[in-house]
Amino acid sequence: MSLLSVLLQEAANLAPVAKMGAGIGAGIAAIGAGIGIGKIGASALESIARQPESVGDIRSNMIVAAALIEGVAFFAIVVCLLILFL
Amino acid sequence: MVRKLLSTVRLQIAIITLFVAGSTFANTNTNDTVTTHHVQAHEGAHDEKAFDAGAMIIDHIVDAHEWHILTYNDFHLSIPLPVILIDNGKLVSFSSSNFHHGHDAYKGYKLMTEGDNKGKIIKVTEDGTVDASAKIPLDFSITKNVVSLFISLLLLCLIFISIANRYKKHPDTAPKGLQSILEPIILFVRDDIAIPGLGKKKYKRFMPFLLTVFFFIFFNNLLGLVPIFPGGANLTGNIAITMVLALFTFVITTFIGNKNYWMHIFNAPGVPWWLKFPIPLMPLVEFLGVLTKPFVLMVRLFANITAGHIILLGFMSLIFIFGNMNIFAGYGVSVFSIAFGVFMTMLELLVAFIQAYVFALLSSIYFGMAMEEHHHPEEHTTEH
Repeated sequence: MSLLSVLLQEAANLAPVAKMGAGIGAGIAAIGAGIGIGKIGASALESIARQPESVGDIRSNMIVAAALIEGVAFFAIVVCLLILFL
Repeated sequence: MVRKLLSTVRLQIAIITLFVAGSTFANTNTNDTVTTHHVQAHEGAHDEKAFDAGAMIIDHIVDAHEWHILTYNDFHLSIPLPVILIDNGKLVSFSSSNFHHGHDAYKGYKLMTEGDNKGKIIKVTEDGTVDASAKIPLDFSITKNVVSLFISLLLLCLIFISIANRYKKHPDTAPKGLQSILEPIILFVRDDIAIPGLGKKKYKRFMPFLLTVFFFIFFNNLLGLVPIFPGGANLTGNIAITMVLALFTFVITTFIGNKNYWMHIFNAPGVPWWLKFPIPLMPLVEFLGVLTKPFVLMVRLFANITAGHIILLGFMSLIFIFGNMNIFAGYGVSVFSIAFGVFMTMLELLVAFIQAYVFALLSSIYFGMAMEEHHHPEEHTTEH
C-alpha cells in the first residue's frame, strides 16, 4: 500500500521525464530517415554500377527522393520540438 | 550604354535603400539611429549570467522587434525596428527601443517576455499591469524577418532587373558578368524543373512563378547562413513565409485544375462504387491528399532550414558550455566544433539549393498533374 502511494507520488513528478519522449521520438525519426535514405543510396549506387552512363539521371532522382523522405522525418522532428517548447 | 543604364538603376536602388533604411531607423527618441544600449541597472549582475544555450538558439531562430548585431560584455549593438500596431482601428507606431527589451511599457503597450503571450505586444493599464479585458492589438510591425524580406527583395530585383536589361540590350550575344552565373541556373530551372513537370508545350506559362519561387527560396536560404547583418535572419525558417509560398502553389494548382483533375479526386475512375457511395471514403482521402501536399511543402522547407540553423547554433553553444566548465575544455571543444561547423555550413549550402529545387520541382509536378489530359487505359500486348 505504501509502495503504491510512493509510486503515485513519484508519478506526479514525472512531468520533466515526459520530455524524454521528445528525445526518443527524435531518435526514432532519425532511424527511420537513416534507413530510408540508406536504401535509396544503396539502390542508386547499384543502378549506377549497372549503367554508368545514366549517372546524371540517377543522381537527380536520388536527391529528390532523399529530400522527400527527409521531409517526413522532419515532421517527427517538428512534433518533438513542439513537445519540448510548447 | 549598358554601364550608364546600370549605373542609373544602381543609383535608384541606392536611393530606395537609403530611404528604406532611414525609415526603419525612424523613431521618436532623441538618441536616433543605431542604439547602443547600456545594461539596465535593475538587471543585477547581468554580465555574470550563465550562458543559456537554449535561449540563445531560440533567439536566433525566431522573429524579433529589433535586429541584434552583437553584444560585447555590456555593450549591445542592435537596430531597433518600428512597431506598427492597429488597435481598434487606430494606427500606432513607434520605435521598439521604447520597450527596452520588454522591461518598460510605452503608450499603454508592453512587449511580453514570458507567460502565455510571450513575444506579443499587449495593452497594459496605467500602473503597468496587463489589461486582460482589452483585445491584443493587430501587430503589423516591421520586424527582423520583414526587414530581411525587404533586403532579399531588393537583392532579387537588383540582380534580375539588371540582367534582364542586359538581355534586352544585347540579345544573342555571349553572357557577361552576372548573366554568366545566373544563366546556367535559369536554364537548369527550365530544363530540370519546368519541362519534366509540365511538358514541353505548357511550361512557358509557369516559368515566371517557378523562377521566382526558386530564386526567392534559394537567396533567402543563403542569406540565412550569413552570420551578420544583412543576413542571418532565418526568413525561410519562419513558418508563415513558407505557408504563404505553399499557399501560392495550392491556389495556382486549384485554379488551373481541369475537369480531369477534379474527377480524379472526387470520382476516381477504376475505384469500386461502394467506396464512393454512401460514405465517400475515396473522395475524402483524395481531398485530404490535395490538402496535405501544400502542407508538406510548407513543413519541409521550414523544418529543413530551421533544423540546419539549430544544429549549427548548437555546436557553437557547445564551445561556451564546455568553456564555462573549464576554459581549456572550451578551447579543445572549439577545434572540433568549428571543424564540424564548417562541414555543417557546407551541407547547409547544399540544402539551401536542394530545398529550393525540391519546392520548385514539386510545384511544377503539381501543376502538371492538375493539367493532365485524360489517358485511356491501353491494352498492352506482350512484346517479344
